[in-house]
Amino acid sequence: MTLLRAEGLHKVFGAVAAIQDLSFTVSPGTVHSIIGPNGAGKTTLFNLITGLYQPTEGRIYFEDNDITAQPPHVLARHGLSRTFQNLQIFLNMTALDNVMVGYHLQCDSRFLPSLLRFPSVTRRDAEYRERAAELMAFVGLKDYVKADASAMPYGALKRLEIARALAVQPKMLLLDEPAAGLNPAETLAIDALIQKVADRGLTVVLVEHDMRLVWAVSNRILVLNYGRKLAEGTGPEVRANPEVVAAYLGEGGRDL
Amino acid sequence: MLAEFLQFLFSGVTVGATYALVGLGFSIIYNSSHVINFAQGEFVMIAGMSTVSLLALGLPMPIAILIAVMITTAVGLLLEKLAVEPARDASIVTLIIITIGASIFLRGAAEVIWGRDFHSVPPFTTNDPILVGGAALLPQTVWIVLATLVIIAGLWWFFNRTLTGKAMLATAYNPMVSRLMGINTKFILSLSFGLAAMLGGTAGILIAPISLTYPSVGVMLGLKGFCAAILGGLGNPMGAIAGGLIVGVSEAMTAGYISSAYKDAVAFIIILAVLIVIPSGLFGARGTERV
Amino acid sequence: MGLWHPRTGGLLVLAAVIAILPAFLANAFYYDVIILVGINAIVCVGLNLLIGYAGQISLGHAAFFGLGAYFSAVLTGTYDWPPLAAMLSGAVAVGALSFAVARPILKLRGHYLAMGTLGLGIIISIALNREAWITGGPDGMAVPSFSVLGWEPSGDLTWYGIVGGLLLISVWLALNLVDSPVGRALRSVHGSEVAASVAGVDVISYKVLIFVVSAVLASLAGSLFAHFAGFITPDEAGFIHSIELVTMVVLGGMASTYGAIVGAAILTILPQLLTVFHDFEMLVFGGILMGTMIFMRKGLVPSLAALVTRWRR
Repeated sequence: MTLLRAEGLHKVFGAVAAIQDLSFTVSPGTVHSIIGPNGAGKTTLFNLITGLYQPTEGRIYFEDNDITAQPPHVLARHGLSRTFQNLQIFLNMTALDNVMVGYHLQCDSRFLPSLLRFPSVTRRDAEYRERAAELMAFVGLKDYVKADASAMPYGALKRLEIARALAVQPKMLLLDEPAAGLNPAETLAIDALIQKVADRGLTVVLVEHDMRLVWAVSNRILVLNYGRKLAEGTGPEVRANPEVVAAYLGEGGRDL
Repeated sequence: MLAEFLQFLFSGVTVGATYALVGLGFSIIYNSSHVINFAQGEFVMIAGMSTVSLLALGLPMPIAILIAVMITTAVGLLLEKLAVEPARDASIVTLIIITIGASIFLRGAAEVIWGRDFHSVPPFTTNDPILVGGAALLPQTVWIVLATLVIIAGLWWFFNRTLTGKAMLATAYNPMVSRLMGINTKFILSLSFGLAAMLGGTAGILIAPISLTYPSVGVMLGLKGFCAAILGGLGNPMGAIAGGLIVGVSEAMTAGYISSAYKDAVAFIIILAVLIVIPSGLFGARGTERV
Repeated sequence: MGLWHPRTGGLLVLAAVIAILPAFLANAFYYDVIILVGINAIVCVGLNLLIGYAGQISLGHAAFFGLGAYFSAVLTGTYDWPPLAAMLSGAVAVGALSFAVARPILKLRGHYLAMGTLGLGIIISIALNREAWITGGPDGMAVPSFSVLGWEPSGDLTWYGIVGGLLLISVWLALNLVDSPVGRALRSVHGSEVAASVAGVDVISYKVLIFVVSAVLASLAGSLFAHFAGFITPDEAGFIHSIELVTMVVLGGMASTYGAIVGAAILTILPQLLTVFHDFEMLVFGGILMGTMIFMRKGLVPSLAALVTRWRR
């Protein structure tokens, strides 16, 4: 059974074909990486899968349900969650509240009960506040539980976004360049976090440029170039592919 | 029939040119700073009122209007220096309130200086209307159209052929990089306010002979000029001009053929209708947010 | 949940202030001003949810206030409806109207949204002005006094109690909302619409929700005002009034319910104080507006709160 299936995806912006004729599948319980040069269409693909863009042509299926062109908040209910290449943290809220928004679908968010402060609302909130603190500890942010998001350093915010994405209790987590802007030590820590997440059985789809991270965590790799699929396979298969080497990895890439 | 239509058209173009110049000012300031200057209408008022005073002092018309525009430009530069620059990084709503405060301040100052009465200004040339197709065309309207055309040509030359003009466009696209390239963005910001004030002031001296001038005349003018700017797509100078003319002519036609009671509402009905269908204005930039 | 917590502590302080204030109100004029502060504060509490928490803009909110006022005036005056029914009908009508326009308008962002709400407000105020056969036109119309099942509020203290009580309830409701999943969703929309939506927040629906809620609250306040003042004009729905309301919210401090009350108080009382300046009144008012926003751009309550926090360290 495939968790995610894309068929014949096309995405055109004006005169630019960002994605062309792309088809691939993601199996449950795997870590699937998407790599390729800048402009290859990786983030566009993410945006298509998570409902931020509508494909010009093609279909996307999640657990055999057609999710093409469904809005992001509906996809969250299906079990899709993601982080962003350019951090999209709620800087006007505390770190804990950021994670609480991730729990939005779990909390009692009905209008009238919230307005009148029904016990069901406050009880759920209290319960999930504890869970949010635990989640923050899980991603290594125990020290920031009482912090404002605006006071946190970049590396911590990258983790906070992952915590928020995990709070959605997804079946599939999409991480868009989780190690971007991080130094080698921080990147290793993210690597460990992704492994931890994957060990819990969560399917992870990753866009990354840091090849060390990619080889370390991935079960399967999809290589994009100019919006098209260049190669797909396991780490060793992809590394050995001469087209991939030429387009992206370079000669030195094979030795990483 | 034709005479009636032409009559409405002439009055529509007249007032539309005013909206166009005010809207142009909005767009220019927005372009260099992303600030909406709600005091734009007041520039029109100040020029008109100053002309009244200067003429009362005995100065000949050409000198009076020149000085009036200069005074208005100076006010624009002061506004930028004292009210906008200190609050450069504030939120949109805060900046809106600041310029609204400035608008109230300027109106209050005008009331102190000139009182609340209505004043009139004699037209540039005679008041005898020219008959065109049975409709009366005021010579002042011809002045307005000519002046607007000259201004459009001048601005086109400025933005496309001079280094300063191009620097202004660059600042609009990317202020940080412009600064790195050596463009003095603070100067550009001042320049944009000065230019907008000059445009508003010019509109003021052009329209004053046709409509009476009084301290609150700028409020509706400013709002409709804002409409014009948004209609044409914020930041698109040519769009603002088109927007102004569309609003002005529509207003005149509505007042003439449908109902003069809702004349003032026309601009806003148009803008609401357009924005609901095209959220970025008729000629505005359409982009996709990169995430 | 100690007394320092905004919820219990703040509500207690507010209730105490409301209870004690009449001791300082020497005559009917003071009562009038304070009751007006209360009515404006009710509108601002709602408007603050829209502007401060959800991060939207509305430059036409006075239109909803004015519609509430005129619904009450016309239904009770011309058609002899009971005031409470008129007030509630007005609220329902305004709710429906705001719901109808909300979705298309709230798709706009930034200055385009400002223009959209501005335009809506002006169109409504012009309509109130022109349809003199219902509204009495620019000269305004008289409003019968408020009554519920035969009981009429007599005197300023009673009105003060009504408005004060309703303000307390509004604040309690607003605080509840803010501290709930709905409140967090609103703040997330302000923080990042994209991130909010992928977390499961239906962004446009929440924007519509809070727009309608704040419009209905404004309508109820408008109805109250109509009966209290006894006479209303289309200016209640005008652009200037809309700007005053937004300024109250921004001045007091966005994303601060108590800030909205402070802003309402200052901007209602200030013009009364400025009459000493006679002809310079508008000038001084504009100057104060500019100065405060330039130097305390987060608004008064948050700026002062930040000062207090720094001083306590």
